[in-house]
Amino acid sequence: MATTEAVAALSTSDAGKKVLNDMSIQVATVNGSGSQTANMVLLRSILQMGIPVSGKNIFPSNIAGLPTWYTIRANHSGYIARKKEIDYLVAMNPETAHEDVMNLPAGAAVVYDEPLGLKQLRNDLIFYPVPYDKLVAPVCPEAKLRKLVRNMLYVGILARLLEIELPEIEKALRKQFGKKVKAADLNWNAVKAGFEFSDQNLAKTDRFYLKRLDKTKGKILIDGNSAAAIGCMFAGVTVVAWYPITPSSSLAESLTEYMKEHRIDPKTGKATFAIVQAEDEIAAIGMTVGAAWAGARSMTATAGPGISLMAEFTGLAYYTEIPIVIFDVQRMGPSTGLPTRTCQGDMLSTAFLSHGDTAHILLIPYSVEDCYAMAMEAFELAEMFQTPVFVMSDLDLGMNNWMADPFPYPTKPINRGKVLSAKDLDRVGKFERYRDVDGDGIPYRTIPGTNHPLAGYFTRGSGHNEKAGYSEKPEDYKNNVDRLKRKFDTARKKVPPPVIEEVAGAEAGIIAYGSTHWAIVESRDQLLNEKNIKTSYMRLRAFPFNDDVTNFVKRMKRVYVVEQNRDGQMFDLLRLDLPAGEISKLRSVRHYTGFPIDARTVTDGIYSQESQK
Amino acid sequence: MSTTVVSPAPPKKTNRIGLEVVTYRGGKTTLCAGCGHNAISERIVEAFWEMGITPSQVIKLSGIGCSSKAPAYFLGTSHGFNAVHGRMPSVATGAMLANQHLMAIGVSGDGDTASIGIGQFVHLMRRNLPIVYIIEDNGVYGLTKGQFSATADFGSKLKSGVVNELPAIDTCALAIQLGATFVARSFSGDKRQLSAILKAAIAHRGTAMLDVISPCVTFNDHAGSTKSYSYMKDHEEPLHQIDFVPFFENIEVDYDPGETQNVRMHDGSQLLLRKIDSDYNATDKLSALKAIETHKNKGEVLTGVLYVNTNDKDFIKLLNMTEDTLATLPSDLTRPGPEALETIMEEFR
Repeated sequence: MATTEAVAALSTSDAGKKVLNDMSIQVATVNGSGSQTANMVLLRSILQMGIPVSGKNIFPSNIAGLPTWYTIRANHSGYIARKKEIDYLVAMNPETAHEDVMNLPAGAAVVYDEPLGLKQLRNDLIFYPVPYDKLVAPVCPEAKLRKLVRNMLYVGILARLLEIELPEIEKALRKQFGKKVKAADLNWNAVKAGFEFSDQNLAKTDRFYLKRLDKTKGKILIDGNSAAAIGCMFAGVTVVAWYPITPSSSLAESLTEYMKEHRIDPKTGKATFAIVQAEDEIAAIGMTVGAAWAGARSMTATAGPGISLMAEFTGLAYYTEIPIVIFDVQRMGPSTGLPTRTCQGDMLSTAFLSHGDTAHILLIPYSVEDCYAMAMEAFELAEMFQTPVFVMSDLDLGMNNWMADPFPYPTKPINRGKVLSAKDLDRVGKFERYRDVDGDGIPYRTIPGTNHPLAGYFTRGSGHNEKAGYSEKPEDYKNNVDRLKRKFDTARKKVPPPVIEEVAGAEAGIIAYGSTHWAIVESRDQLLNEKNIKTSYMRLRAFPFNDDVTNFVKRMKRVYVVEQNRDGQMFDLLRLDLPAGEISKLRSVRHYTGFPIDARTVTDGIYSQESQK
Repeated sequence: MSTTVVSPAPPKKTNRIGLEVVTYRGGKTTLCAGCGHNAISERIVEAFWEMGITPSQVIKLSGIGCSSKAPAYFLGTSHGFNAVHGRMPSVATGAMLANQHLMAIGVSGDGDTASIGIGQFVHLMRRNLPIVYIIEDNGVYGLTKGQFSATADFGSKLKSGVVNELPAIDTCALAIQLGATFVARSFSGDKRQLSAILKAAIAHRGTAMLDVISPCVTFNDHAGSTKSYSYMKDHEEPLHQIDFVPFFENIEVDYDPGETQNVRMHDGSQLLLRKIDSDYNATDKLSALKAIETHKNKGEVLTGVLYVNTNDKDFIKLLNMTEDTLATLPSDLTRPGPEALETIMEEFR
């Protein structure tokens, strides 16, 4: 749409209309400038006003000086996926200001650093110039702090323009600074200065307002990596080995902090855990495998490149049947391949990671609550099935803050699976490590140190018989891999089943998973309200799939698999699993720019195919 | 009818925990007859038996290669782990974290350690994990039929006549520099020395790194090899004569401090090093590194306990872990109560 037309449309129909509790704010800045605190204050105060909100950091792989964008979305209907269009731009970065402004839809507002002179760029936007340098000097006498404090000015300016309640801003700000009262005071003064400046100098001409709702009562604000870390601690993890890699590092780091706080034996003051920063991802998984073999609940956290390095050990753990938990916080490609951008790009390779015949259990969290719950589920399943379990998070989920209900305390006791103690060995009088005693494919294990002459066995790759003896006999090999297959089939019924929302009269179904979920919720409403297309929806929570998945596809005429990768990796996994007659129903919608998926992309992707049937 | 005198069978020889040596044996070796590795396995069996270690409390680990098959040939009732190539140290580290009360013995080779596994080797040494780490060092890849390894000496020759033109990695010098606290070199053919070193290594708490020259009779035992039986017989240069007195024997030892260095091990055992070179001090890193280099330059292979340090903290101590085995901690210690979750949730409100 041409700009002039947009202005015309605006002036005739929308100009006078208030847009209430439905907007996105983008703060464009450079990384290392300390804007994160200001953005968190904005996010938190909107949440405190009872308005559903989300915050997403689009940042570069760099420490300081490169462009970064923080987007906040507030929405009365609870849509918290990324919104494609920006309604309010806070332009702090001279490098990107021009482009950022040019990308805005007509009617958007721009709060900008006055010297940037952005006003001339377009006449269909509302511009609010702010002389930051002039404003910051009186509130922050110490020159070297001004770079940080000036960010709080825009918080005050937005508070006034959008009508964010000041007491909520102060509450959020004081929470953010915790015990650092002096810093909090300094920043609070900056907020007030921004507010006053705005009140006296900026005439509000845009349409966007925030107004108190009651939709976030009791909600917390938390990132998926912290949520996963909390889950791991309550799962009773005892050994953690990891290697720093974006975007998973903060999972291991926050876990370390929680464990130091809550997992010290009060009687002895000693740690009930061991956390090791390993020399690389191969060592990290090697330690995880060794610890699990020796009986610990052990885990590692990594991202795609680490997953690649862990491939060999994963195969060994699969064949030696060692229960380990691996968090894959997914990001884009290898080396310098957008390590700070999100995707769902490891699904296919991780499902079959390693060489020979291997297949793994994947759990796919869609929310921060799920990161917490699935961390616990992962350890239970790993020990139940004596196999690696991957938790497939992603950068959007792992590193961004999401609102959530407080996590419930686990109700199920910890179950360590089929482990034979010395007493058990006395009772049964016989131990064969890889025999399928119960017909479910899951053998019994002993852990090193079990004081019984029958306990010991030799752990080795795929060349072993039921007694764990070395064997290259064809029948032994086949017997073993067939049992492993049986075990995987047992897992189908034990992994979390998909969540299905079926709508009467819907011909089209949607399959999605992980953080893509949030765009689906919104897109389904768009399809219904804008195009009158009813959709049913199945959110996958795990691989391997159970019968619910097949049955859902059977009931649909067309099924759209929506995901965040180029090649349709879940689409391929489904094709491998579904009955031949169902495969032709599958269609694919993919988003892979590095930005979190948005509803409009999904709606367009489905509608363009749906309109042709 | 003549009467036969039936003499009572001699009592079976048992160790201090009442076990016969046979309990410490493993499966039948599948390595070549005459392979140095088999002799090392025999010494391991004897050492663990003589030290009276409970087999169920031992874990034996290895990587990949001829050497790494060896754990199947000793301590048959212990738990064993054949890891991936070059990555046994990480598995051993994890296992020891899970259960610090286990005794770990890792068997590696020169390919498994000094090439593919050099990274994990380096970090194992600097962590000072409690483990007896043995490199069965023959300078050659056996299982893939005779390629040079990174410990092959400069100028040594393969069977095919190919000459090695790269300097050797000296795993002992590396280990000493990196922080291993017990470093020794020996020869599979030197039964007495290797036995004493193994027992001292078992008594040590920390990384005991043993580089044992172990000739490959099939691919590296010819003229021109510096890892052959005959080369070692001619060029082995022992630092000292070693006696080991285990803690449970309670023997008072008479020795001349000028001639003999007496090292008291963590468990109270004594390691007596009767000096051949009177200046050598096995607790001094620099003298160890200098001696290794000096003898190498003379074309000699210096053997013995090159370095020992019983003061440094091992990795388990460093992590401030509970004395209880992590693997079997009860869930009231591994799952904090609801109040802990409530405290955490409050931070995010």
